Amino acid sequence: MKELVEILAKALVDQPEQVEVTTVEKERSVVVELRVAPEDMGKVIGKQGRIARAIRSVVKAAATKQRKKVVVEII
Amino acid sequence: MKVVEKVGKTIDEAIELGLQEFGVLRDEVTIEVVEEPSKGLFGLIGSRPARVKLTLKDNPVRRVDRLLKSIFEAMEIPVDFSIKEQDQILLVTMEGADLGVLIGRRGETLDSLQYLINLSINKNQEQRRKVVLDVEGYRQRREDTLQKLAQRLADKAKQRGRSVVLEPMNSQERRIIHTALQGRDDIYTFSEGEEPFRKIIISPKK
Repeated sequence: MKELVEILAKALVDQPEQVEVTTVEKERSVVVELRVAPEDMGKVIGKQGRIARAIRSVVKAAATKQRKKVVVEII
Repeated sequence: MKVVEKVGKTIDEAIELGLQEFGVLRDEVTIEVVEEPSKGLFGLIGSRPARVKLTLKDNPVRRVDRLLKSIFEAMEIPVDFSIKEQDQILLVTMEGADLGVLIGRRGETLDSLQYLINLSINKNQEQRRKVVLDVEGYRQRREDTLQKLAQRLADKAKQRGRSVVLEPMNSQERRIIHTALQGRDDIYTFSEGEEPFRKIIISPKK
């Protein structure tokens, strides 16, 4: 999941080298934390969170194979 | 990142270095020789290396291909796809064993992926291109379903003499419904609410 979020984020931002993704494993879920350059925040969130929603939807689809819930947080 | 200048013993060597930096093949760049190499006198004095300038050609098909490949790999979904370029539209047709997951409920995942690909491909580009993702004729099937639904609900609105509210849809799906019912003079359609919850209302004409 980490890799997928990284690929998607890097494809959207202007400064891909500043994209940083970490995962925090919890009991029943995995939290994927995405960090980008401050100027790129808009590019991963979008108007009214439309881009963030799209990223989450793709990640959720990829995660259906795993038993765990995946949560993507943009920090 | 789109232009790179490289130095090498020969022109070929310099070009090769540039290609490696971009990670592309020779037909994806335009090559300009800035300086021919010179062996100099007896290969000792005044020898000059070759200097070339490589400019990355815009190749949206290749960019879509790369991006999708890496995404599917990361999703661990084996997908066969082909890309056709028509006018300014890149149509991606996908096939595979387990693509229901890629479509999602009412095409939600497919639309999300399509949206992200479009953003990425058109990022910092002068020319805009539209990328359409399709899985085994899903778009056409969905259009047929929506057209039938539209007619059925229009009949219902007329019969009951009351408005029928549809569930939220994205703009493409709303357009299909509006278009399907354009020809009818017993009802009219309009949309209400804010994205992403905007929905169509079919009302009987008095």
